Amino acid sequence: MNLSINWLNDFVNTEGISIKEFCDRMTYTGSKVESYTTLGSDIVNVVVGKITKITKHPDSDHLQICMLDDGEENERQIVTGAQNVFEGALVPVAKAPATLPGGVTIKAGKLRGVESNGMLCSIGELGLTEHDMPGSDNSGIFILNSYIPSDTPLGKDIRDVLMLSDEVVEFEITSNRPDCLSVIGLAREAKVTFDRPMTVSVPKVTESDQNISDYLSVDVKDGRLCKRYAARVIKNVKIEPSPLWMRMRLRAAGVRPINNIVDITNYVMLEYGQPMHAFDYSMLDGSHIIVRCAENGEKFISLDGKEHLLSSSNLVIADEKKAVALAGVMGGANSEIKEETTVVVFESACFDGASVRLTAKSQGMRTESSSRFEKGLDPENCMAALDRACELVNLLGAGETVCGCIDVYKGKKEPATIELECERINKFLGVELSKEQMTKILRDLDFKVEGDLIKVPSFREDVAEMNDIAEEIIRIYGYNKIEATPFKGNVKAGALTQRQVFKNRLHALICGMGFMQCNTFSFVSPKNDDMIMLSPDSRLRRHVIISNPLGEDTSVMRTSLIPNVLEVLEHNNAHNVSRACVYELSHVYIPDDDPEKLPQEPYMIAMGFYGAGDFYTLKGMVEAIFSDCGIKKTRYVACTNDPTFHPGRCANIIARGSVNIGTIGQIHPAVAQEYGISAPVYMAYLPFETLFDISDFKKQYKSLPKFPATARDLSFICERELEVGEIEEVIRKSVGKLIESVELFDIYTGDRLEQNTKSVSFRITFRAADRTLTDDEVNACVDKILASLQKQLNIGIRK
Amino acid sequence: MRDLLNKIKTDVTERLAAVSSEDELEKLRVETLGKKGTLTQVLRGMGALSSEERPVIGQLANDIRSYIEKEMANKKEALAKSALENKLRAEKIDVTAPGTTVRVGKRHPIDQVEQTLCDIFTSMGFEIAEGPEVEYDTYNFQKLNIPENHPARDTQDTFYINERILLRSQTSPVQVRVMEKQRPPIRIISPGRVYRSDAVDATHSPVFHQLEGLVVDKGITMSDLKGMLTAFAKQMFGENTKIRFRPHHFPFTEPSAEVDVSCFVCGGKGCRVCKNEGWIEILGSGMVHPNVLRGCDIDPKIYSGFAFGMGIERIVMIKYAIDDMRLLYENDLRFLEQF
Repeated sequence: MNLSINWLNDFVNTEGISIKEFCDRMTYTGSKVESYTTLGSDIVNVVVGKITKITKHPDSDHLQICMLDDGEENERQIVTGAQNVFEGALVPVAKAPATLPGGVTIKAGKLRGVESNGMLCSIGELGLTEHDMPGSDNSGIFILNSYIPSDTPLGKDIRDVLMLSDEVVEFEITSNRPDCLSVIGLAREAKVTFDRPMTVSVPKVTESDQNISDYLSVDVKDGRLCKRYAARVIKNVKIEPSPLWMRMRLRAAGVRPINNIVDITNYVMLEYGQPMHAFDYSMLDGSHIIVRCAENGEKFISLDGKEHLLSSSNLVIADEKKAVALAGVMGGANSEIKEETTVVVFESACFDGASVRLTAKSQGMRTESSSRFEKGLDPENCMAALDRACELVNLLGAGETVCGCIDVYKGKKEPATIELECERINKFLGVELSKEQMTKILRDLDFKVEGDLIKVPSFREDVAEMNDIAEEIIRIYGYNKIEATPFKGNVKAGALTQRQVFKNRLHALICGMGFMQCNTFSFVSPKNDDMIMLSPDSRLRRHVIISNPLGEDTSVMRTSLIPNVLEVLEHNNAHNVSRACVYELSHVYIPDDDPEKLPQEPYMIAMGFYGAGDFYTLKGMVEAIFSDCGIKKTRYVACTNDPTFHPGRCANIIARGSVNIGTIGQIHPAVAQEYGISAPVYMAYLPFETLFDISDFKKQYKSLPKFPATARDLSFICERELEVGEIEEVIRKSVGKLIESVELFDIYTGDRLEQNTKSVSFRITFRAADRTLTDDEVNACVDKILASLQKQLNIGIRK
Repeated sequence: MRDLLNKIKTDVTERLAAVSSEDELEKLRVETLGKKGTLTQVLRGMGALSSEERPVIGQLANDIRSYIEKEMANKKEALAKSALENKLRAEKIDVTAPGTTVRVGKRHPIDQVEQTLCDIFTSMGFEIAEGPEVEYDTYNFQKLNIPENHPARDTQDTFYINERILLRSQTSPVQVRVMEKQRPPIRIISPGRVYRSDAVDATHSPVFHQLEGLVVDKGITMSDLKGMLTAFAKQMFGENTKIRFRPHHFPFTEPSAEVDVSCFVCGGKGCRVCKNEGWIEILGSGMVHPNVLRGCDIDPKIYSGFAFGMGIERIVMIKYAIDDMRLLYENDLRFLEQF
């Protein structure tokens, strides 16, 4: 809402309050100021002048030399290229040095050798448009003769002559205060904020002859959607531009002037906050207005020329044959005010907010009118606004108001009453105000207070109970006068849940390993599934789908973090970052089979890198995570069929016998290529929730060994395909608890071995808890190991 | 003999002074104190002395012997010391050469700030509550006093999954979920992702993070809200931080306030960060709307409460002077490494 201070001063005199103070204090009583603009401040040293003489420029065909009377002793000479000037013309003269909108400065100089002490201005150069000054032409100099009184003193500041000076304050009005979307509403706030008197006179309608019933009847079919419908008829209308003062106020408010009747409706809307509409009476079939719901499939062409297909949820204003307006949204082209219009119907109505909002939304046309109605307007305001419009018609000489008015008022409501609970309010706010202080504030805000009963004014539908009253009182008294009290109340133990602690622990651990945490969007492109080559029947291809996405790229909720982490690697690779090691620990969204149920949102962990190691680097890190979580005895099962991963370098990780606790491997080179990365990319993908479920932080001290250990290094020759994990398992099982550790320290393949074989070397450490093992005992263990390996895997010791 | 002993003492002392290695020292020791050493030889000749002389010379010989032994021990120590010094000198390294890189990752700046916020609030006795991001319309709007077709919905352009399910546009639905399950006293915060249908630009992201707080108990007042937020602001932005309230409207609180903190860069004098205002808008807050309480079966006549919410990205951006929100979701390592 843009408020003209000149306009505001009609109701509350703000003299002596600086614009800065005005804005600050209004903000602190609840009318938030976004910004303010001083209109006209960009026009300096421009006055009204009269052209006394025009001569041709000696050296130019199109330049003319004008002599001007600008009220100064000596005439001013200005060279102009415009052709529409004439002797006797009144023109805006920028007297060098002068400033014009857009930071233009005018200096004295010579044009083809002839002195020119300023510039004659067009409307555009004054920051105006052809709508602000109807009938003018921006292609030439702005000829003022028909716009200002002929006795305007020459030399008078153009800003005063054209009423260009004003302060405009832009308010952010919250949706609960539609009453403040008006000059009067804000005047009411200014009155209380600055404790100044406010005057709003009741509009006086000068009625002429005839009766409105000779012209019009109104039927409201749905009193719930149309709480009130008031109308008056204006006859002998003469359509012409509205006067300068009205146009300039509309301009300050950001509304384009059109003609006197339309301008009046806009002016009243801005002043009273009540949207109005004007119909051309001659276009109404049957002299009958019917407020009804549209037929399904009914067609309607709005003022802006757009065709709309209506449904029964759209309320329309119709005559006997057709819809003439979409109620509260926009009028129809068929009943628009035109140059030839002679009889006008003014509508001032109150429509249901939700219904207007729905219609505006479904028809894709939010207007000044609809955005006011949808917040819920005060039906009590209709008649005053309607009368004000008629008063303005009279003032402007735009026509005559036919006697009487139509007022169908089906939604009248009794004003709400609330008990004034001083003590409760003081306790609730933490202040100590007297009943008198509270009463004064409420009365200033037009609440009626009788004893302990508050009557809420009709324009404050937002006020319904104690909290609302408390807010009214405290915003005027001052939010910042509330003391900050030390926080009390029942103390709760601010503890994290085990899951939250676990999450923090994993973050710290993974960061500690050199991974940088990233945050990516939760919605992704469905194409990601193909990028990581998910199989066609993969469950992960079923997404939570956004019905109104910003675009295809952000249209489905992710089911995997792998594409997101790959995108991060892609971004860094593309920016020549030579090694990147990143992770994300965040939600994926797994849809329920029932679309009416919420999806699962488990956390997953994706850790990926390039240029920072290989499979075993990553495996070591993952093992450290498991170890930290107390997850013991993990198995890595080679996985050849996960299409995202390299078929020969991927493993599923199994714990507790058969619980899958993740996948680790090299990203399939073809997938990496999709992301433009030619270096090998490694990724571990771990299910946070499972890790949490099987994590085990119970710890119990085990006494340190009392007897020495004995280690033996053994090398075996085996088939290359044989996994060392299998050998290790056989070794461990063959001896049992005397083995303390089995550590692989070398794998050798090369010329000295037969083809397709490899040598693997283990250091096996033996220890007993209760004695020092003898050589014989250890040798017996080694023999058992060798025998088991020979028998189960058919491999022997390397000689 | 006395002269001989004194001469040995003088000789050895002289030679000892010239010794520069352990080998030389050992040689001198053998020559002097060894089986065939000069001093040993002299002592062997003691038998030829008279019984009066023997104790006197014997005493002298023993003194000289222990003197020499002591001197040699000193010398040995001095040699060892200088040998060590030489060794250390030879081992000198260039301490300005770079250390072996130990790579440590970092939390994302959003998470770092979120963590700080959580630490502050948990220290004030708040629990951390979580709720779904894909949420029912009921929780995101209706139970927060924003009925269907309420214009307040416009300020939060929402992504919908279907008519009843959406991507939460605020963390506030968690308030409702907590109040439905838990009876007062309630003291929770709820950080998390929220979604609004804003195109990506320097100041907007369709995905961002909020942190919501809720306190419900008997006798909670607006001055408590102010006290708690003041304590929070001091911990978050520094001991001298002040806060101020501006009236505002949120459907789920009444009264509602926007909260500014004094600029922690300039201390309120006005600077680039606070756009010369001296204040930075940081959060929204208010007293829980009675409709919200009633909707969760909590009687507003008995209980009251306050709620507050803030955008984490906004704090991150102000705190680190980041001028483009997109950086936070690009995950460029050269950016992330800076935090």
